[in-house]
Amino acid sequence: MIGYAIRRLLLAIPTLLAMLTMVFVLVRLVPGDAAVAMLGDRADAVTLQALRAQLGLDQPIAIQYMRFIRDMLTGNFGHSSVSGRTVLAEVAQVLPYTLELALAAVFIGTLFGIPLGVVAACRRNQWPDYISRLLSLIGLSFPGFVSAILMLLAFAVWLQWLPVMSRASSDPINHLRNLVLPALNLGLIMTAYIARVTRSSMLDVLGEDYIRTAKAKGVKPSTLVLRHALGNALIPIVTVVGLYFGTLIGNSVLTEIVFTRPGLGKLILGALQSRDYTLLQGLMVVFATLVILVNTVTDLIYALVDPRVSYAQ
Amino acid sequence: MTDSAIILNSVEKNQNHVLAALRRNRLSWVGAGLLILIVAAAIFAPLVAPYDPLKQNILYRLSPPSAEFWLGTDSYGRDVLSRLLYGARISLSISFLSVLIAMVVGSALGILAGYIGGIFDQVVMGLVDVMLSFPTLLLGLMVAAMLGASFENLIIAIAITETAPFARVARAPTIAVKRREFVEAGKSLGFTPLRIMRVHILPNILSDIVVVASLWMASAIRTEASLAFVGLGVRPPTPTWGGMIREGFDNILTAWWLVVFPSLAILLTVLALNILGDALRDAIDPKTRSER
Repeated sequence: MIGYAIRRLLLAIPTLLAMLTMVFVLVRLVPGDAAVAMLGDRADAVTLQALRAQLGLDQPIAIQYMRFIRDMLTGNFGHSSVSGRTVLAEVAQVLPYTLELALAAVFIGTLFGIPLGVVAACRRNQWPDYISRLLSLIGLSFPGFVSAILMLLAFAVWLQWLPVMSRASSDPINHLRNLVLPALNLGLIMTAYIARVTRSSMLDVLGEDYIRTAKAKGVKPSTLVLRHALGNALIPIVTVVGLYFGTLIGNSVLTEIVFTRPGLGKLILGALQSRDYTLLQGLMVVFATLVILVNTVTDLIYALVDPRVSYAQ
Repeated sequence: MTDSAIILNSVEKNQNHVLAALRRNRLSWVGAGLLILIVAAAIFAPLVAPYDPLKQNILYRLSPPSAEFWLGTDSYGRDVLSRLLYGARISLSISFLSVLIAMVVGSALGILAGYIGGIFDQVVMGLVDVMLSFPTLLLGLMVAAMLGASFENLIIAIAITETAPFARVARAPTIAVKRREFVEAGKSLGFTPLRIMRVHILPNILSDIVVVASLWMASAIRTEASLAFVGLGVRPPTPTWGGMIREGFDNILTAWWLVVFPSLAILLTVLALNILGDALRDAIDPKTRSER
């Protein structure tokens, strides 16, 4: 187990390096170069040259690369060319809002998704199964912003139950009211993912020999499903929730934009509109690092609960 | 040559199996019907669209759905239905072409990695893992922002986000097929590796790839719409579904039809593709196949 954990942690290092290299290449895809893109075609040569020097674009590519890797590894993601604050400070300011939303979504998704998946698996190929499968298929098909807009229209514009804009608020009740719609939107998408995985994972486990043995022994059906089957089916469910982290972040970005909620979404939108490439590059690195981190931790948890994994390696 | 005949035969049998399983799954009929309808609407848009999608008519701006304008008009007085039909062309072709590129490049990489093995395999799959660690939407957003949003660049951006999954899907069955007798036979007959990969391996793993293609096509439509929504779509006034929602969002309090109809178009298309992809996967996966 410890050997596997060390190997898995070491594997994250080349992954991180390769990710950084890819971001470096991506940023250099900009037609012309970043300086022209940021200042526009009509900028004069002196200003351009100054910005290039400031961004280090006048150096040979190898040196640019070494500097980039060094900066990124030491957490120096550069300064936003609009606000002048460090990228890390920008991210740190809005990250709590996005994390709050993502956690609320995972909570809602688990709350509804697991029971839905369990019922579907136990009533396989009967109407509860069909309904649960169709619902999760619809949930999977919604782009995050489309479902967000439809919810906004239904609950905030037509029924007027909840606010249209979910700004930050110091009043806890208001804060919660503002969180409800975005969290519900993301949570229902998450429910679809979790219900699907729970169903297939439960079906795998319910087909195992030990379930048959337990049945023959006369274990109560509820104990059988909840303790014997769900207990073991949870492992793949946890893993999949970890793997959907990237999708979740992507959807929360769109949700935040629709509900004009502060968070990473608004930050990205701002960076896009002002062509703030340093900020975009920094955001990309921060996001990918987060995903690599979550994936690594998920693998480690998986190995911890399922000893077969480390032996197989 | 008998060798190839045997493979072809087995591939055909597999296809018959898939078709039979699809025929039994009634939901897949709904998906296929819906998809055919949407594709037909896109192809025949010039024939069925009641108005010119770009023609502005300030007199009729923001009219709700009526007998004259079935789905209403937007803030320039353009007909929403006509824009929706023409928008289908852009959204579908960007998604289709990007998935096609991702499929060809990704499967080629996966087959090569699986067939060659060793260091090459490790390096390619390492890169694939890195690609997968970028959230799809953010990677697409980044590439589109860097290249500048245009029809071609959006195809490239979306293709980049979807290449890695194809490589992963193609690699695993390649390794399984590589060990089969007919590949050994081909090798001992002195066939070149390229020929073995093309004639012996590709047909056998094609079904796995097609399933993934339909599911990723659904994802491509979502990504294209999302990019257009944040302003990284094909330039206006060209209609795209995501772009229509972006424009309609400003008037959401007064003109619901501007966001609801393009939303439904996206949802139905993605749903149709997902239903079809799911049914195909069930048909191909021996685990679920035997239980049906």
